[in-house]
Amino acid sequence: MSTFVQVLLNGTGRGAIYALLALGFVVIYKSTEVINFAHGSLALFGGYIVFALKPTLGWLGAAVCGVLAAAALAVLIERVLLARAKLASQDSLAILTIGVDILILTEITRRLGTASAPFLGDPYQDVRLRFLGATIEGPELFALLTAIVLIGGFFVAFRFSTWGLTMRAQSENKEAAALMGIRSWRVTASAWALGGALAAIAILFIATLPVAGGAGLTAAHTIAFAAFPAAILGGLTSPGGAVVGGLVVGLAESSASQYIDNDFAKVAVYLVMLVVLVARPSGLFGKVEQVRV
Amino acid sequence: MSETTRAEATGPTAGATGVDAAETDSAAPDGQGGMPAVHPRRDRRRWLLWGALVVVLFLVPIYLPGQYLIVSTWVMTGAVGAMGLTMLIGQAGQLSLAHSFFLLVGGVSYTVLSSDGTDGFVGLGLPTALSLVLAVAISAAVGAAFAPVSGRLTGIYLGVASLSLVFLGWWLARVLPSIAGSTSSGRYADDLNLFGFDFGEKSPTLAILGVPIGQNERLFWLYAALTLIAYFVARGAVDGRVGRAWRAVRDNEAAATVMGVSVVRQKSVAFAVSSAYAGLAGVMVVWWYDGLLKPDEAVDSGTYSTAVAIAYLAMVVIGGLGSLGGAIVGAAVVFGTPLIIPLLSQGDSSAVLSSGGTAFSPVVITYLAYGALIVLIVLFEPGGLAALGRRLTARLKRS
Repeated sequence: MSTFVQVLLNGTGRGAIYALLALGFVVIYKSTEVINFAHGSLALFGGYIVFALKPTLGWLGAAVCGVLAAAALAVLIERVLLARAKLASQDSLAILTIGVDILILTEITRRLGTASAPFLGDPYQDVRLRFLGATIEGPELFALLTAIVLIGGFFVAFRFSTWGLTMRAQSENKEAAALMGIRSWRVTASAWALGGALAAIAILFIATLPVAGGAGLTAAHTIAFAAFPAAILGGLTSPGGAVVGGLVVGLAESSASQYIDNDFAKVAVYLVMLVVLVARPSGLFGKVEQVRV
Repeated sequence: MSETTRAEATGPTAGATGVDAAETDSAAPDGQGGMPAVHPRRDRRRWLLWGALVVVLFLVPIYLPGQYLIVSTWVMTGAVGAMGLTMLIGQAGQLSLAHSFFLLVGGVSYTVLSSDGTDGFVGLGLPTALSLVLAVAISAAVGAAFAPVSGRLTGIYLGVASLSLVFLGWWLARVLPSIAGSTSSGRYADDLNLFGFDFGEKSPTLAILGVPIGQNERLFWLYAALTLIAYFVARGAVDGRVGRAWRAVRDNEAAATVMGVSVVRQKSVAFAVSSAYAGLAGVMVVWWYDGLLKPDEAVDSGTYSTAVAIAYLAMVVIGGLGSLGGAIVGAAVVFGTPLIIPLLSQGDSSAVLSSGGTAFSPVVITYLAYGALIVLIVLFEPGGLAALGRRLTARLKRS
């Protein structure tokens, strides 16, 4: 019983992290129809800024700077690169973000070099809570709390604020939204900023000992990669699906690593995604594309 | 100009009929193997050019030092794999990030079929040439077996779904060391032996013009021959009925169905062909490593990892989606650069190891270069280097 509770706790904690990443991914997709393969790199970039500024600014200051920096980088990518390639197909834009991902990842990995593994979870790194005979680690607990607040806030804003309205309008019909006076670039830029910020917040919980293991920030890009299956299996067009997808991926991973082994946990995530996709080719909550001849 | 890009073939009708006209009009010296309405004199000139290329390729190992031969064989390995991927992504329009998985399938199949089962490994001890053919066939079959998934998904969903194969392959190779070898020491496959001619000969007795023809020279010939065969087969597929069906599926699935093309079937054929190419490249990888087959430690770095899948995607994009010649150039950029930089800088690796590993090593430079190339090509020349080359030759002809 306590093992099962442990699996649930780990899965939900990790799922919260994936949900943060996948939500940003879906918001970006909804506003620009671009699959952002550079999402892991945005997170890594934010994490690197936190790592670099921590000794001078302290954890909180560095964390704020890191989140802002990742948001700024995301806007930069959208404005400088993607906005210029409006005519390119969706797939080539996705490939463009793969190029961006390679650039950022290579440069930051080079900068980190063989330096001792950087960790970013200072305030909650060593917190541990007992719950129904199981232990929940600090980073996972705080990730869960942060995710509840942020994701809740996102859905409220998405449903009730003017910003949310413009966003929904644009993803529904771009031309009509533009004719109604919605400034397209503000919507897309804000979506990218939000995606970058959420990714950088997620990295604060990933680059910790319980989540990333001994490698810390250097393993973060690989871990953040699991946000892709999360977003895909939830359905790329659905923010709610991203949250569900994140939790499914987190739970699949934690139960596979508990009942089989750690290696299989990485594969299990993808197998779950594959099964979902074969049953529902647009993900659990994704919009099914209608083909008109 | 036989490489059709998205820009040229705007609709299914253009893809099916317009292409032929464009191809016969063009005066490109290479490509379009077997097109009927080609001027006889031009046809003869083309055969002369191919003949000259074969002679040059035959002479290269005699003049080029061994370390450069190793670079070229690695580039040709990439070229064979990239030609398969460019047909799948560029011609059939199916995004795949699973290429490194099919490399692994090819490599493992060849090793299991060719080596005899000693030291607790599974092995069938078949003749090496037969093993090669069977390994390619097995890779194709595995690619076709992906049909239930590839037939249902499109675009990016398919790309990420195919990525799961890389994870699956990585895990299977780890848990089955008796088949794929252990991650620490791997296992060895036999060299190709054609009618008594051993392509992995370490102590050669054969010498041409005073140059001993050892493993590097022999592998160069073998790889050049395989690359040429792969190119011509791909050329035939792209220019023929299959290629037209692929382009119809790529441009509009619904319209392709209406025109009598079976979309699911063509997708699975495209996956099978592309996996066969990847399987051949996988066997070439094993030979290149002196017959060593070793599964990866991590899923995102190593010989059969997601990084390699993305490297193949980079080759195809840099070369120009759908272009076979472009795939070869892309392979030279992506696989050639990290190996050639240390040779040109006389192997000065001390700078890399100092300063805590933060130096610009050849691998870092290559990654930065191809990352930037991908971004620049998508932004400014979506047709890749192939389109760039086409524009340059057109301009040279005009002036």
